[in-house]
Amino acid sequence: MELPVISNAAPAAASGCSSSGCGSAPDALAHLPDHIRAKVQDHPCYSEEAHHHFARMHVAVAPACNIQCNYCNRKYDCSNESRPGVVSELMTPTQAVKKTLAVAAAIPQMSVLGIAGPGDPLANPERTFETFRMLSEQAPDIKLCVSTNGLSLPDCVDELAKHNIDHVTITINCVDPEIGAQIYPWIFWNNRRIRGVEGARILIEQQQKGLEMLTARGILVKVNSVMIPGVNDQHLQEVSKIVKAKGAFLHNVMPLIAEAEHGTYYGIMGQREPTALELEALQDACAGDMSMMRHCRQCRADAVGMLGEDRGDEFTLDKIDTMEVDYATAMVERAKVHEQISAELEMKRQLRAAPRFQPELVAIEAAAPALRNVRIAVATKGGGVINEHFGHAHEFLVYEVGPQSARFLGHRKCTPYCMGDTSCGDGETVLAGIIRSLEGVEVLLASKIGFEPWGDLEKAGIQPNGEHAMEPIDEALRAVYDELAAAGKLAAAPVTAGARAAA
Amino acid sequence: MSLVINDLCVGCYACEPLCPNKAISAPLERGRPVFFINPDKCTECLGDHDLPQCAEICPIEGAIIDEYGEPLNPPGSLTGIPLHLLDLAREGECRM
Repeated sequence: MELPVISNAAPAAASGCSSSGCGSAPDALAHLPDHIRAKVQDHPCYSEEAHHHFARMHVAVAPACNIQCNYCNRKYDCSNESRPGVVSELMTPTQAVKKTLAVAAAIPQMSVLGIAGPGDPLANPERTFETFRMLSEQAPDIKLCVSTNGLSLPDCVDELAKHNIDHVTITINCVDPEIGAQIYPWIFWNNRRIRGVEGARILIEQQQKGLEMLTARGILVKVNSVMIPGVNDQHLQEVSKIVKAKGAFLHNVMPLIAEAEHGTYYGIMGQREPTALELEALQDACAGDMSMMRHCRQCRADAVGMLGEDRGDEFTLDKIDTMEVDYATAMVERAKVHEQISAELEMKRQLRAAPRFQPELVAIEAAAPALRNVRIAVATKGGGVINEHFGHAHEFLVYEVGPQSARFLGHRKCTPYCMGDTSCGDGETVLAGIIRSLEGVEVLLASKIGFEPWGDLEKAGIQPNGEHAMEPIDEALRAVYDELAAAGKLAAAPVTAGARAAA
Repeated sequence: MSLVINDLCVGCYACEPLCPNKAISAPLERGRPVFFINPDKCTECLGDHDLPQCAEICPIEGAIIDEYGEPLNPPGSLTGIPLHLLDLAREGECRM
């Protein structure tokens, strides 16, 4: 029997599913030295466990960019889309600081402020570092991080270190200039636009140099890669090996977003996006080499709130102008909330570390050792519990659950089945889309599931289940798996979707 | 002789710090920067750079034009999108 193995996981941690909300996260980070774990445990973008409890925000202070990517459209001013590089309101550093303080006071779980665009933060060094400088003075309890394409990174490393920014994300899509030329049509370098392979070669050199300089200074580096089928999908395993060897501590392989209506090169040219299963397979292939991140939501450059949610509308420039923020008082409240969350997470960690005797599980396995793994989808609003109605879910978290452990595979985005009374007429096609996005999933857990979608889910071979409402995700996954095992539904050979539908 | 930024500009600020003559400014109109090249100051970078810096970094095709109205970055030259598909790209633009 093949157990789900989490990259670099300590054996003790592999007893997985007794854990907090999220299968793989604590395990995936288990190999890290304590001082690094301490740095990421409240960072929702770096720790999968933390992302159920802590919130983040991006401020859009960095509009300029020094390269062009084929998945990006620089006419970024759009309020209806959620993807990187898109913002509604560009801000000055002063406005950004005001917004950050207002959000931090209103959402005490907010632990991290990132600058991610809409251009490249390090192509706007004055605006970016002015924002960081003011924030480190006025809100010392907020972690600062930045993401970059890497072209200007070597020139900015000293400045980053000075502002105590210890989380940097570099987007590295390739280490081969020939592949790079298919992703980056040009870069701006030494006062010229440089196209094709030569431009890609310089960009790759700068990215790798920047990565080495950051890790040499002990600054944590996450590497993002966009998976582009037919362009770099075969190549990303090599990228993963190289960046890990150079000290990146987390690799985040994200799916290409390419739709014609976004007006990007890839969108217009019909470049296809990877399927959820293709993405999972590549993440698994890279996982042999390093910790993989699977909970990325590919946020907008002005996102506010928990990952996967955006409360930006509550904090527009007009609205924050009217807000009075007493940050000294807010900081006391924030410290309390953070302490509570951290204590809760620490308790879960200890529970996880303690060996547990599970007589039922042992009995089942002794009788039928060849149990297969099951993909289970979960609807959650956060907090690590099953607390979202099926009809309201914008995404489902997908776990692979086996006899010994559960691991988080990723999230599947969807249009909510029920957007409210008015759009329910659309429900049928929306439901078909949701079912398609749940490819490979056998059980769906939500706090509540309506009669109509229930029947269609069943027909598609996905068993809906509302019995675990408000339960911690990990406990529910374990309970459902054990039930399936006890009912004899987990014989070793996986049942194909077709066979399930026919049954 | 001076270059001109037209209303295709998306206000990304990339050109402003590069101008050797500090000819580019961004007065705010309804919260949005509207970039402008002062014709008295613009030299098209002659004597400072081989090529005009604003046009070298500008990501928007057609946004910077010369005194004859010719774009320095003509359609398709930056994104590589073939001309016959550019209309499709324009439909995709989301301008509030």
